[in-house]
Amino acid sequence: MRWLRLVLLVVFAALAAPSFAVQPDELMKDPALEARARALSAELRCMVCQNQSIDDSDAPLARDIRILIRQRIAEGESNDAVRSYLVSRYGDFILLKPPLKLETLLLWLSAPLTLCAGVAAVLLARRRTPAATQDLSAEEEAQLAALTGEERR
Amino acid sequence: MIVEIGHFALVLALCAALAQTIVPAWGARLADPVLMALGQSAALTQLALVAIAFAALVNAHLTSDFSVLNVAENSHSAVPTIYKISGVWGNHEGSMLLWVLTLAIFGALVALFGRSLPRALRANALAVQGLIGVAFLLFILLTSNPFERLAPAPFEGRDLNPILQDPGLAVHPPMLYLGYVGFSIVYSFAAAALIEGRIDAAWARFVRPFALIAWSLLTLGIAAGSFWAYYTLGWGGFWFWDPVENASLMPWLAGTAFVHSVAVMEKRDALKVWTIFLAILAFSFSLLGTFLVRSGVLTSVHAFANDPRRGVFILAILAFFIFGSFALFAWRAPVLKQGGLFAPVSREGALVLNNLLLTTACATVFFGTLYPLALEQLTGEKITVGAPFFNMTCGLLLLGASSVMPIGFSLAWKRGDLLGVIQRLTVAIAAGAVTAVTGAAWLRGGSIVAAIMAGLAIFVIVGSLIEVVTRAWRPGLAPGLALRRAFGLPLSFWGAALAHMGVGMTVLGLAGVGFGAETITTLHRGAPVEVGPYSITLDSVGDRVGPNYRETVAAMTVHSGATVVATIEPARRQFAARQMATTEAGLATIHFGQIYVSIADPTPDGDVPARLYWKPLVTLIWLGGAAMALGGALSLADRRLRFGVAARARAGAVAAAAE
Repeated sequence: MRWLRLVLLVVFAALAAPSFAVQPDELMKDPALEARARALSAELRCMVCQNQSIDDSDAPLARDIRILIRQRIAEGESNDAVRSYLVSRYGDFILLKPPLKLETLLLWLSAPLTLCAGVAAVLLARRRTPAATQDLSAEEEAQLAALTGEERR
Repeated sequence: MIVEIGHFALVLALCAALAQTIVPAWGARLADPVLMALGQSAALTQLALVAIAFAALVNAHLTSDFSVLNVAENSHSAVPTIYKISGVWGNHEGSMLLWVLTLAIFGALVALFGRSLPRALRANALAVQGLIGVAFLLFILLTSNPFERLAPAPFEGRDLNPILQDPGLAVHPPMLYLGYVGFSIVYSFAAAALIEGRIDAAWARFVRPFALIAWSLLTLGIAAGSFWAYYTLGWGGFWFWDPVENASLMPWLAGTAFVHSVAVMEKRDALKVWTIFLAILAFSFSLLGTFLVRSGVLTSVHAFANDPRRGVFILAILAFFIFGSFALFAWRAPVLKQGGLFAPVSREGALVLNNLLLTTACATVFFGTLYPLALEQLTGEKITVGAPFFNMTCGLLLLGASSVMPIGFSLAWKRGDLLGVIQRLTVAIAAGAVTAVTGAAWLRGGSIVAAIMAGLAIFVIVGSLIEVVTRAWRPGLAPGLALRRAFGLPLSFWGAALAHMGVGMTVLGLAGVGFGAETITTLHRGAPVEVGPYSITLDSVGDRVGPNYRETVAAMTVHSGATVVATIEPARRQFAARQMATTEAGLATIHFGQIYVSIADPTPDGDVPARLYWKPLVTLIWLGGAAMALGGALSLADRRLRFGVAARARAGAVAAAAE
């Protein structure tokens, strides 16, 4: 079932002869900066793959962007600056987590709205059905007490 | 010749499916037992004919008959036999044939084992099942014929995609399809119940085994697919929230909710309308998944528009069955009588909560998968909905559902005692809290999510165990007697306990990701490299020749301190037929964790660029899935749920009376 994506992946993998995700020669000297670069690239989409982050992808374009990120971080840019530069260049498409704005409002609200609708439906259904149990009348209570009196004692 | 027989059998299968649709439904209207009974023979005939067609295609692949287009495009004479067989469903046409075969198998099961059912219910269910068969057989015959000939025939096939040449592919799609399509039977019964306007606990008792079969196989199929991606794709990822994966997750979520609510219906005669709704939902998502994967709409909206025939056809099938059933639901559901009252704090109440969370998670996956497509169509704007979104929404909902699971499992039916349950679960809560705190301390300032998940997992596992103990043992009871009582518990209870523990195991495996280690480096021969608590040494690099590939193998040794723990052989394979390379990860399982090494092509001087991982507890992710499926199977083995038990018991009683 995954083969559609795999086929694509393989096509791109074949294009990039020594196919490999993050390669040793890309790594930055400073582990703290490298960690930032890794975290950032996990949030960014490989534009030619399906829902894969550039951190995981072995497509050449993903490698280019990984190297670009590291260059910018090495030049002292903040994560946000690198991210907004990439968004200006490639659009929101590159963000694996869609930004919250008017067009994506419905998407972000889909989970809470569905949950609210579900809760409302459950409450409505409960109200429509008669009370689950009715309390015993005083007379019935007395009868019950008489019948079970001995055991209760 | 055999190929033509296969094609002809498929056409005849369409006729059988048509008969299966029309005759029993008509018979049910006229209350004619003979017409109704024809549905069974039609269903069996349909299965036989589809099986012949499928066997003909398997034969063409086995004998490498390259005059068949499907074989020429997806096989090669040098491919090992197992991949010649699995190559049958490693392509669009063949996988659709497998889909229809599965559909026919489930129809035949109802025909064979439905003796205890009311006649009209069985006839209507078979008719609906037949209609689904008609739609998909037409789809295959008109747009995706696997038996198309090729003239002149090429001398050699184009080979099966190397990445699909893996034992994982041999098991993953068939199991997934058995699960996916298994929900068709549940759907057919829901539609039949709506047509009749009557539904009761007997309905639930008959449908539940089918739902359990489908659900268990779907669980295994998803787990197998996830494991396959893990070791094939070279960086150890096991779930990508990819649309194709989401397509299989949606029916699983709806199916999980259904398996729970049908249990309520069987035991307590409650939640009838909701159960029917879920039955329709589960199969609708299966159809949606089929559409998403088979139409090509996911790869690109444009690819879909360029060759819209298949996509539009499946879309029409999808629309017909989904809208048709929901229209039927809206029209007939009010007729169904509600029964089985319960207090909010009760096992039923907890299952309603579980259903609420699962369906919300399902809806979230649905929106996340289709939103980008819809947005691009409407505004032209392209966005990506990826793992971070799903982890934040769906992940959170599912963790919520897992955390209430042990509590619901311990509550009594009808009216429960929440305080008493929490008291009983004290040990589990304490164990979970200790695990979470220890985990957080271990990670020291790292992501706290992994620690919380580990705690939750322990709570779930211990909580399920406590429920088993509580049922079998009271203070003062002799251990031998308690053991006997434990064995005497119904299998469906054991199944539920095991499946719940499986959820805990999977969550624990997921938590393990946060405790792992990764090293990316170039390995030099003889120089050890640390990864987590282990060190790995490259011993040698050599070449090997396989049946249809050549590979470069890097032999490595894994050390823990001074002792050798394992040897691994990650490799790069070159497939000549398609000029493709694949990465074979080197794996070593240590307790429940794994060492995972994947390599790139070695440099000329024999150094190997590699990614090395230590993934603690990672195997629990799939073992948990296996435990869930086994739990479903145990439940299935429960005496109460066996097919035709009532009929056999009755026959036994009559025989005894006659003696």
